[in-house]
Amino acid sequence: MKLTLKIWREGGVYANGKLETYQVEASEHMSFLEMLDVLNQQLIEEKKDPVAFDHDCREGICGSCSMVIDGRPHGPQTGTTTCQLHMRHYKNGDTIVVEPYRAKAFPVIKDLVVDRSAFDRVIQSGGYISVNTGQAPDGNAIPIEGDTAAKSFDAATCIGCGACVAACPNGSAMLFTSAKVSHLGLLPQGKVEHERRSQKMVAQMDKEGFGMCSNVGACEAECPKEISLENIARMNRSYIGSVFSSE
Amino acid sequence: MKWILQFFTSSIGQKIIMSLTGLFLILFLTVHLIGNISLLFQDGGASFNAYTEFMGHNPVIQTVSKGNFLFIFLHAIQGILLYFKNKSAKGSKYAVSPKNNVSWASKNMALLGTLILAFILMHLGHFWLRFKFFSDMPSIAYDGVEILNAYESVSIIFSNPIWVICYLIGLVALSFHLWHGFASAFQTLGINHKKYTPILKGLGYGYATLIPLGFAIIPLYMYFTN
Amino acid sequence: MKLDNKVPPGELAEKWVKYKSTMNLVAPNNKRRIEIIVVGTGLAGASAAATLGELGYKVKCFTFHDSPRRAHSIAAQGGINAAKNYQNDGDSVYRLFYDTIKGGDYRSREANVHRLAEASTDIIDQCVAQGVPFAREYGGLLANRSFGGVQVSRTFYARGQTGQQLLIGAYQSLARQIAKGTVTMYNRHEMLDLVKVDGKARGIIARNLLTGELERHAAHCVVLATGGYGNVYYLSTNAMGSNVSAAWRAVRRGALMANPCMCQIHPTCIPVSGDYQSKLTLMSESLRNDGRVWVPKSVEDAKAIQEGRKTGLDIAEDDRDYYLERRYPAFGNLVPRDVASRAAKVACDEGKGVSPTGLAVFLDFTSAIQRYGQQEANSQGISANAAKITELGTAVIEKKYGNLFQMYEKITGENPYVMPMKIYPAIHYVMGGLWVDYNLETNVPGLFALGEANFSDHGANRLGASALMQGLADGYFVIPYTIGQFLSGEIRTPEISNETAEFMEAEEATRNRLQSLLDIKGNQSVESFHKRLGKIIWEYCGMSRNAEGLKKARGLVRDLKKEFYSDLFIPGTMNEFNPELEKAARVADFMELGELMTLDALERNESCGGHFREEFTTPEGEAKRDDDRYAFVSAWEWDDDNPVLHKEELIFENVELKTRSYK
Repeated sequence: MKLTLKIWREGGVYANGKLETYQVEASEHMSFLEMLDVLNQQLIEEKKDPVAFDHDCREGICGSCSMVIDGRPHGPQTGTTTCQLHMRHYKNGDTIVVEPYRAKAFPVIKDLVVDRSAFDRVIQSGGYISVNTGQAPDGNAIPIEGDTAAKSFDAATCIGCGACVAACPNGSAMLFTSAKVSHLGLLPQGKVEHERRSQKMVAQMDKEGFGMCSNVGACEAECPKEISLENIARMNRSYIGSVFSSE
Repeated sequence: MKWILQFFTSSIGQKIIMSLTGLFLILFLTVHLIGNISLLFQDGGASFNAYTEFMGHNPVIQTVSKGNFLFIFLHAIQGILLYFKNKSAKGSKYAVSPKNNVSWASKNMALLGTLILAFILMHLGHFWLRFKFFSDMPSIAYDGVEILNAYESVSIIFSNPIWVICYLIGLVALSFHLWHGFASAFQTLGINHKKYTPILKGLGYGYATLIPLGFAIIPLYMYFTN
Repeated sequence: MKLDNKVPPGELAEKWVKYKSTMNLVAPNNKRRIEIIVVGTGLAGASAAATLGELGYKVKCFTFHDSPRRAHSIAAQGGINAAKNYQNDGDSVYRLFYDTIKGGDYRSREANVHRLAEASTDIIDQCVAQGVPFAREYGGLLANRSFGGVQVSRTFYARGQTGQQLLIGAYQSLARQIAKGTVTMYNRHEMLDLVKVDGKARGIIARNLLTGELERHAAHCVVLATGGYGNVYYLSTNAMGSNVSAAWRAVRRGALMANPCMCQIHPTCIPVSGDYQSKLTLMSESLRNDGRVWVPKSVEDAKAIQEGRKTGLDIAEDDRDYYLERRYPAFGNLVPRDVASRAAKVACDEGKGVSPTGLAVFLDFTSAIQRYGQQEANSQGISANAAKITELGTAVIEKKYGNLFQMYEKITGENPYVMPMKIYPAIHYVMGGLWVDYNLETNVPGLFALGEANFSDHGANRLGASALMQGLADGYFVIPYTIGQFLSGEIRTPEISNETAEFMEAEEATRNRLQSLLDIKGNQSVESFHKRLGKIIWEYCGMSRNAEGLKKARGLVRDLKKEFYSDLFIPGTMNEFNPELEKAARVADFMELGELMTLDALERNESCGGHFREEFTTPEGEAKRDDDRYAFVSAWEWDDDNPVLHKEELIFENVELKTRSYK
């Protein structure tokens, strides 16, 4: 199939960025990133600068891919990362617009590559259970109710790709932060630090310049791991609770 | 007391202000509509005038109404602040707007809020301002007691088709605002449950439809029966 | 060179316990000023950096990713083994040790493997405490499943995302240390050289991938946890960025590369669909618990399927060859990975492959669906018709493997509940790596290697769910102790300066190396060279090898290398964010590694585990080991023309060497 790509180029000769138009010949079996590989090979053959984009595992789990396809992070398929999006969902003659994630806390590095280190700093502010190696009791010492463990797992499947921030009209990181707060807070071993964790992580999130949640739900709609808004409510609860009950 | 300031300046704290003031205003709307239904009674405005007289002189109601103004003010100011903060956090916009199933209302709360604010100012100008500060209001005597004829001034306004249309526009904006705002207020407070949230959302959609509809009937009815 | 493996004396089961409690320690006041560089943030690297930070060392940690959470450990699906014996089914540390030694075809070091089995139980406790949401039974206790053809249920898992959950656990521990300031994190930094001072590893040259700037980082010792080199095959289940460069740079500075030819081929991957393909996707081995592998009996049928005239559904039951069940009646579809992979290759070589490329076999769930459907109907007490049974059975399969089936459908566009899945083997893991002693120290003093980057405890073949175990054992429970053996001798060493001649020389050499790649200004892209290299290695040093092919392959690789250095084109410059330059440096190292792999495979005149030499087989065509002549680890010293082989004899005092049989 023949496709027209409009890709955001930024940095180097493109300075502050603009959409460039390219033509590419793709096969329906390719993944979206393989289609971009084809384009890049083409550009290299023409001795031009290839399009920079983050990618690594290409099986939907590392969270590296960070592009917005026709206005949607990770493209039109729900519950799917860009690397798992296949070209059979497009047809000959389509025009596809590819842009980097847009949010002030995720500055563009080059073309489609953005800096998501703010997420690391949010985790560093409290997204862990304080246990040193060797201090652990037996794994079966604390039974965890099956549904609770499953809920915690659902939140823990977050791949830290940042699609939630990219999708949010406010550039808010509430879904990401709350997924971590929920993952750990739902488990008995994480409950100990639950409220302190919410406070610290929210404070760091605010400091990073993410926007505020207005419950639009675009994050949930675009999350490739389909993480639920329930987590945001849970974090709000623990945050309010921690502020008013702590001494 | 630093913690209070910290809380209300944190992202979640600021959202709590929106949520709590919003919920109060939702409550207010209900009371307001119940009172206003007396405009539809075929008694030449007697019940409505009695109602406004009561509201205007009851000290409890007067206190609550001060609170009401404060909350409208807070809700609006905080909303405007959020809008600008969020706009700057987003940075630039995408070239293509996404086709996902996110409600239009949720993404346009600020626009809707501004419309509603304009509507409230108009509404206050029509009635409250005149009741309070101008003496050109007609009055009427019931059982020898002279009170303001609020009904009269309402029916004057609602005989003008332009005002009726303005009110309807305001109410449509209100409906959309509530469509998202009702359930959203609970989510912000951390109330989200697999069983109850769908019910709450249903209630919200019902509320967002029925309350503005109830309000809309009044100008329409008065315009067409005049 | 005499290779001293430093295995402590004593009874196998007591070696580690005794060694741990008698080894040299570094006092807290000294730890504070001793610096350690950790390269890589996968399971091994992140757990090591976090634990060393907790102990009080000054740690600098490097990753080429934008965040430590993206390392490819994250993609491991199946699970992690531990000898907890929670299921009361006869598991023990010894049994895990024995299974691992035997599964590795007796080409690993007894003492290391036993230590691994000992540490396995602590790993589970540690991970649970960190908040890893392992699967649990209704009663709230940890669930287990059996995995990879062993007879006990010792695999702990978190749905099909065990690697992700374990890595996030390690990443969070690392994040905690970064916040405390004990670990300094360098994201988007790639190690491009090892710096040795007076024979000891004292630092690295790293390139800041965003600015292109070269940086000199000094420390008292260097820990490499940089993963495996499966991407030498171009197509593998590894991530796009996985590479050998850090390890290879160490080899070029004198470290030895052990058993480079031992690569594991995973039998259940989604087949290659075209030339544009950039990587292969694994389908968890657990699928073989319920799926039956088959190809058509006749080449005509296979041809019809290849040409799209027929589908798997058109082939009658009698015309199907369930070749694993036929050839290995005892284990059937559950034979180990190497055996299953080779059998698929044999079937496809006979022309019975079932994809357009002829390189795929069926993995069929029809019988499982029918069996589960009938069971379900019985337990619900309904007399169901065929359609209802299929529906009930499909629901059971969906519950067990739903996410895998969904992934398959996303990639191939075919519904695996109806059409049998198509699978083919692919490179998945490498057992080879940097040679290390019992302390995980390479032959270069002060240079340690962990996880897949070392030549590892898996011998010639790794069992399922053991890679995660090894990475975490090395990082959490081995290196924090054994590094003290080296560092206790360094407490008088002052801070290492990065201004010495050695650092300057290494930085200059790195700059020149990159510049010379940029200066070639030829016509072919890095990708095209990598693809060609991969094809050569896959064809001659892949699932089966022979002397003639390996000799030819070495020549082909050397020719390709020459062409690479004369016709490569890299856009851009060195002093900017330049992914093509990064790739070029990695592919350059893959070329040399590829050559060494062919040499190693040629040298090892036996078939063992993942290394299958066509000349060394039993009359039935099964692998034939030669314990008399090849019970050793090949440790190669690199030389551009004549790499030198050193041998570490493997001494088995506790297990009897047997032929693996799955018949």
